Amino acid sequence: MREVRCDVLVVGAGPAGLAAAAAAAEGGQSVIVLDENPHLGGQIWRPQAAEANQPSRSVSPRAAAAPPSAHAHRRAHAWHQRAQKRGVIFETGMTLFDAPRTDHLLAVDAAGQASAFSAQQVILATGAAERFLPFPGWTLPGVMGVGGLQAMVKGGMAVRGKRILLAGTGPLLLAVAAFLLDHGAHVVGIAEQASRAAVRRFGTSLWRHPNKLVQAARLFTRLRAVPLLHDAWPTQAEGFGRVEQVRVAAGDRCQEFDVDLLACAFGLVPRTELARLMGCATQSHIDGEIVAVDRWQRTTVATVWCAGEPTGIGGVDLAVAEGLVAGYAASGAFKRAGRAARRRDRARAFAERLDRAYALRPALRALPTDATVVCRCEDVTWQAIRAQPTIRQAKLQTRCGMGPCQGRICGPALAFLTRATPAAPGTATQTTTRPTAATTSSHAAGPSTGWTGDRVRPPLVPVAVNVLIGAGQAPLANHQPSPAPSRHQEISL
Amino acid sequence: MKQFDAIVVGGGIVGAACAEALAHVGGTVRLLERGHIAGGATAAGMGHVLVLDDSDAQLALTRIGRSLWTERWSHLPPAVERDACGTIWVAADEAELEAASRRATAYAAHGIEAELLDAEALYGHEPRLRRGLAGGLRIPGDRVLYPPTATRHLLDRAVAAGAVILERTPVQRAGNGHVDLADGNRFEADLVVIAAGLATPMLVDVPGLVIRPKKGHLSITARCPGLLRHQLIELGYLTSAHGDEAASVAFNLQPRATGQILIGSSRQLDDNEPHVDQGIVARMLARATEYLPALGNVPIVRTWTGFRPATPDHLPVIGPVPGAPRLWLAAGHEGFGIATALGTARLLVDQWLDRQPTIDPRPFRVERLSATHRATACVPRGAPECAAVPDQDSPPSPFAA
Ligand SMILES: Cc1cc2nc3c(=O)[nH]c(=O)nc-3n(C[C@H](O)[C@H](O)[C@H](O)COP(=O)(O)OP(=O)(O)OC[C@H]3O[C@@H](n4cnc5c(N)ncnc54)[C@H](O)[C@@H]3O)c2cc1C
Ligand SMILES: Cc1cc2nc3c(=O)[nH]c(=O)nc-3n(C[C@H](O)[C@H](O)[C@H](O)COP(=O)(O)OP(=O)(O)OC[C@H]3O[C@@H](n4cnc5c(N)ncnc54)[C@H](O)[C@@H]3O)c2cc1C
Repeated sequence: MREVRCDVLVVGAGPAGLAAAAAAAEGGQSVIVLDENPHLGGQIWRPQAAEANQPSRSVSPRAAAAPPSAHAHRRAHAWHQRAQKRGVIFETGMTLFDAPRTDHLLAVDAAGQASAFSAQQVILATGAAERFLPFPGWTLPGVMGVGGLQAMVKGGMAVRGKRILLAGTGPLLLAVAAFLLDHGAHVVGIAEQASRAAVRRFGTSLWRHPNKLVQAARLFTRLRAVPLLHDAWPTQAEGFGRVEQVRVAAGDRCQEFDVDLLACAFGLVPRTELARLMGCATQSHIDGEIVAVDRWQRTTVATVWCAGEPTGIGGVDLAVAEGLVAGYAASGAFKRAGRAARRRDRARAFAERLDRAYALRPALRALPTDATVVCRCEDVTWQAIRAQPTIRQAKLQTRCGMGPCQGRICGPALAFLTRATPAAPGTATQTTTRPTAATTSSHAAGPSTGWTGDRVRPPLVPVAVNVLIGAGQAPLANHQPSPAPSRHQEISL
Repeated sequence: MKQFDAIVVGGGIVGAACAEALAHVGGTVRLLERGHIAGGATAAGMGHVLVLDDSDAQLALTRIGRSLWTERWSHLPPAVERDACGTIWVAADEAELEAASRRATAYAAHGIEAELLDAEALYGHEPRLRRGLAGGLRIPGDRVLYPPTATRHLLDRAVAAGAVILERTPVQRAGNGHVDLADGNRFEADLVVIAAGLATPMLVDVPGLVIRPKKGHLSITARCPGLLRHQLIELGYLTSAHGDEAASVAFNLQPRATGQILIGSSRQLDDNEPHVDQGIVARMLARATEYLPALGNVPIVRTWTGFRPATPDHLPVIGPVPGAPRLWLAAGHEGFGIATALGTARLLVDQWLDRQPTIDPRPFRVERLSATHRATACVPRGAPECAAVPDQDSPPSPFAA
C-alpha cells in the first residue's frame, strides 16, 4: 500500500478545506488535501462538467487534482492557485474510510487503490449533507435532493423544459431554483416550510451584510415568475413508476402540482462521521450534532481541527473564515488566526440568524404515515421504527440504518422526527417504571439523545474486502499503537 | 403450577430465555436491564446455533440448546431471520479430514446427524470455495438466527405469560432473594437469576467467579446473494478458539437471510477496548478470502466488535450460588450463548422445580470455579444429583482441549 506523509492533512476540498490548506501552507507546513470528489470546490464551487477540463477520474492513486479551469468558479480557482503556490498537494477522487489512529488515516481511490496518510495535524472540512424528511411517495423515482439535482445537472443531466418543484427550506431552494432556470428548466414552484414572517425578518436583517443583500435582490429578480409558497411543504408524491403529481400543504390549503421532478432539502446536516470516528466530541445544536471546537477550531483531540459545516451550518463565508482560522492555528500562526477569527465571528452571527429563520417546524414530524418507508436501504417503515426507544434499538430490531448508507440518510431524519419536546425541569426520567415495546403496544419515542449519534464504525463508506486487507496489513511505521482516546465507551455494533 | 416470584437481571438472550421459561412455569417474573434489551454481547454475536464438542458438557448443552430452538423453529417470527442452512466444517488437508471423520463418529454416538464430505461433495455444496481443499463435515441440523430479534421474541412470549420488563434499570448488587437497584430501591423475590453476562461477577459475591471478555471482530458485507449456502467454518477453528495466544483469527462465514455475508471472527483475551483493530480485521478478512476468493471484491459496510463472556474452563455457570439458595447465576456463555440460551433456561428451571434435569448440571455449577468453596458447598435446594450422567458413558471427545 502507498504511504504518504505530510505535516497537515486536510480532508475535504470545499471552501473550508481550500482556505485551510492555503493558510496552513502559508504557515510553513507541508500540506495534502484529499477529496472524494474528482473535482475541487466542494458542494458550491465544484465546476460543471463542461467546465472541468480534465477530470482526474484517473486510475493512478497518485492522480493530482484537475485544477479548476478558468471557467470554473473564480473563488475556487483563486484559492487553488493561492494554495498551489505554497506547494499544497491535491489528491481528489480519494475517499477517506478509516482513521485507525488520529495521525494515520486510510483512503481509497476510484480504482480501489488504498493509501495511508500520516500527518501531525489533521483538519477536517468534510462539509454537510442534505436532510431528507420522509413523506408518502418520497421514494418514487424523480424525487431527489436539491443539492443532488444540482450536482447531476452540473454533471451533464438535461433539465430543459422539465417541470420541477422545489420543496423544503432555506435559501438553498432559491439558489438552486435560479440555477435550474438558467439551465432551461420550468420551475413550477418553491414550497418553503418557514413562515413568511420569519423569512421577512431574516431578509430585513440582511442590511448588516450588504453583499448578501445584493445577492438576495438578484435572486428574487431572477425568480419573480416562480410561485413562492411559504408555510408550505409536500405531503404526498404520486405517479405511476415515477413522480407525476405532488400535493403541497400551503397554510390551510392544499395545492397540487404536475411535475417531472421533485427536489427536496429540509436543511443541511453537518457531516461529522469522520470526526466522531477519530474521537472528537460533538455537541447538540439546532443543526443536529456538531463537532465541538474551541476558538481556534481545535477539536477535543489536540491534533485534530475542524472547519466549515461540521461545526455548524453557516454557508460559504463562514466556511472560508473557519478554514483560515484552522489552517493558521494548526501551523502555529496564531496572530493571523486571530484576525481570521474576527471575520469568522461576524459570519457566524449571520449563520445563527439563518438557523432561526429556517428552523424546521414541529408539524413536519407528522409527515410520514405508518406505511412510509423511512430507511430506504432496508425498507423499514415509520411504524416499525417509532415503536423503538432509541436509534440503536431501531437498528438492532428493525435493521433501520444497517444498509450500505449506514444511516446517513435516515439518521438525520430520525433525529428530527423523534426529537421530543424538552421535558419540563423536575420531570426526571422514571428509571424503573418505563414500559418496553413488549409491554405496551406502542409508546412515544424516547428522548432525542437516544436518536442521535449512534457509534461510527469503520469503514466510513463501503470498501472492498481486498482493500481492507491491504490497508490493515501495512505496517504502521514507527508509531506507538495507541487507539484514539475516548473513541469508544461501550460494547456496540 | 407452583407460584413464585422471580427477578431476572440482564436482558441479553440468556436472561430473556430464563424469563420466558420461568414465566411459563408459573413464575411472576420481573426482568431488569440496565440499558435496553439485547444491547450487550447478544447484539454483537453471529447467531450461529450449532453443536460444539470441545468438552462433553459443552456437547450436552449445545445439543439440547439446538434441539430446543429446532422444536420451535417454524413458530419463530420472520424478524428472527431464521435460516436452517446447516454448517460445513471445512477440512483444508487430509489431517483435518481425519479429524472431521473422528468427529463424525462422535456425533453419531450422540444421535447428531453429520455427513462426511470428500472434496467433490464439498464443492457440490459450496462451489465457490477455493480449489485444493480436502473435504468437510456437514452438520445439517445447525442453523442461524438473528440474536437481537430472537431475544425480543423470547421477551414478547415472557410478557404474554405475565412477565414485566424494566429497561434502564441498573442493578447494583444482588443477594439471596433480593436485588438492590442503583436508584436505592430493593426488590425481593423467591428467586433471583443473574444473567448479566460480563457484569455478573460485579453483582454477586462469589469467590473464584471470573468472567473475562474475549473480544471478537465481525464484518458484514453488502448484499451479494448466492456466494455460499451453509455457515462455513474451518476445522482449525477449535484449536484457534481456545488457544491462549494474544489474538487469533479463523475462517467463519455466515450467509444472512438478507443476502449479506457475516464474516468472522477473531479472538483476543484481555483487550477491553471496543475499538476496531485494523490489523486484526485485515488478518480475519485475509483468512476468509483464502477459503473463498470471490469475497475479495465484495464491499464491507461495517465492522464491529463484541465481547464473549468467558469463564476459565469455557463453560457457563448455571445454578445457585453456594450458601444462597435463592440467588442463581446464568452467565459466562462465551461464544455459544445464542445456541445454548434455551438449554440454559431449561437446565435452570428443571433444577429450580426439582425436576430431573435433562442433562448433567454438575459441570455448570458455580462452585466448580472456586476450589476453596467446593469443600464447604452445601447441596443447594433444587439441585438433585443427576441420575443419568451422559458424560461418563459417552466416548471422549476427539476435540477435547
Ligand atoms: C447538496 C448541497 C448543495 C448546496 N448548494 C449550495 C448552493 O447552491 N449555494 C450555497 O450558498 N450553498 C450551498 N450549499 C452549502 C455550501 O456547500 C456550504 O456552505 C459550503 O460549501 C461549506 O463549505 P465546506 O468546505 O464546509 O463543505 P463542502 O463544500 O461540502 O466540502 C466538503 C468536501 O469534503 C469532501 N469529503 C467529505 N467527506 C470526505 C471523506 N470521507 N473523504 C474525502 N473527502 C470527503 C466532500 O467531497 C466535499 O468536497 C450546499 C450544500 C449542500 C450539501
Ligand atoms: C463476535 C462474537 C460472535 C459470536 N457468535 C456466536 C454464535 O455464532 N453463536 C452463539 O451461540 N454465540 C455467539 N456469540 C456469543 C454470544 O453472543 C454470547 O454468548 C451471548 O450473547 C451471551 O448472552 P448474555 O445474555 O449472557 O449476555 P449479554 O447479551 O451481554 O447480556 C447481559 C445483559 O445484562 C445487562 N446488565 C449488565 N449489568 C447489569 C446490571 N448491573 N443491571 C441490569 N442489567 C445489567 C447488560 O446490559 C446486558 O444487556 C458470539 C459473541 C461474539 C462477541
